[in-house]
Amino acid sequence: MIAHKDPMHILLADDDEDDRAFFSEAIMELKMDNKLTLFTNGNGLMDYLVLPDIKLPHILFLDLNMPGKTGIECLKEIRANTRFKDVSVAIYSTSSSEKDIEDTFIEGANIYIKKPNDFSALKKVIKEVINMNWQFHTSGLNIETFFFSI
Amino acid sequence: MKLNYNYDGNIACRTILQDQLEKLNISYQLLDLGQIEISDNISEESFDELQTSLKRFAIHIIDNPKAQLIQKIKDAIIEIVYNKDKFPNTTISQYLSDKLNYRYGYITNVFSEYTYTSIENFIIIQKIERAKKLIIEEKLSLTEISYELNYSSVAYLSTQFKKVTGLTPSMFKRVIDKRRKLSNTE
Repeated sequence: MIAHKDPMHILLADDDEDDRAFFSEAIMELKMDNKLTLFTNGNGLMDYLVLPDIKLPHILFLDLNMPGKTGIECLKEIRANTRFKDVSVAIYSTSSSEKDIEDTFIEGANIYIKKPNDFSALKKVIKEVINMNWQFHTSGLNIETFFFSI
Repeated sequence: MKLNYNYDGNIACRTILQDQLEKLNISYQLLDLGQIEISDNISEESFDELQTSLKRFAIHIIDNPKAQLIQKIKDAIIEIVYNKDKFPNTTISQYLSDKLNYRYGYITNVFSEYTYTSIENFIIIQKIERAKKLIIEEKLSLTEISYELNYSSVAYLSTQFKKVTGLTPSMFKRVIDKRRKLSNTE
């Protein structure tokens, strides 16, 4: 559990420069104190996560389709390592098929985001995801049964 | 061998507190949920020791009055979500303001300022959290679970479940079962 005054640590891996910029802007508008770190691909993210001295994020956002390691490949590696058991993983994708959503949760994701088309919808979605994730980290809820599809 | 287990967080927490306090030779009295009383003339040294030893179990001593109030609000809500018999006949606002001795307006303001959610939403999240536990335990049917959680109908529980998680209760159960199967075959 984290104390109420700790900033929320957020990581994002996305190969699309525009998407990264929109995401950062949406995060900046949050009232919640936070620290955002960006990666341009899955390999970079995984290289960073295995460093021994890093402060683990509370939540990480993975784009599903990236060159090199895909979002799902990163997710599988993360869930195979108990060091990351308290880290929420959010996958975002252009697909909204129920099968894709279900498969992603089975692989260990906590959050599934259908990428919105416009910026104001994106801001709203990110705010809801971050707030819900905050509840899981501050209210002793079980992260293993944390699912949120939006 | 893999075993399933369930647990009562409150009992677990109280037992840990008792063990740690006794280990450090601090006399104490367990009060209501989330509160203990210890002597005022405890040395700073043993207070620090207590804080450090509890940290290992993710138990934090709260010394900020607003944070204390928020914890009391959460505890009062969790108490009624986990005990059907304690569910108030009055409104939730009346229940909280009577129990905590503050105006409800003050309670909701402090709560949303620090938790980024409303009391109403927090109650829904806690009810769905308990619904998840009950679904996984497989002892009760969904209809029985909706009764246990004071929902007027199973349809209403399913709607709220979907709103909070994005999944239907049956899809939730399927995901949990498939995850278990996956980790058993690895």
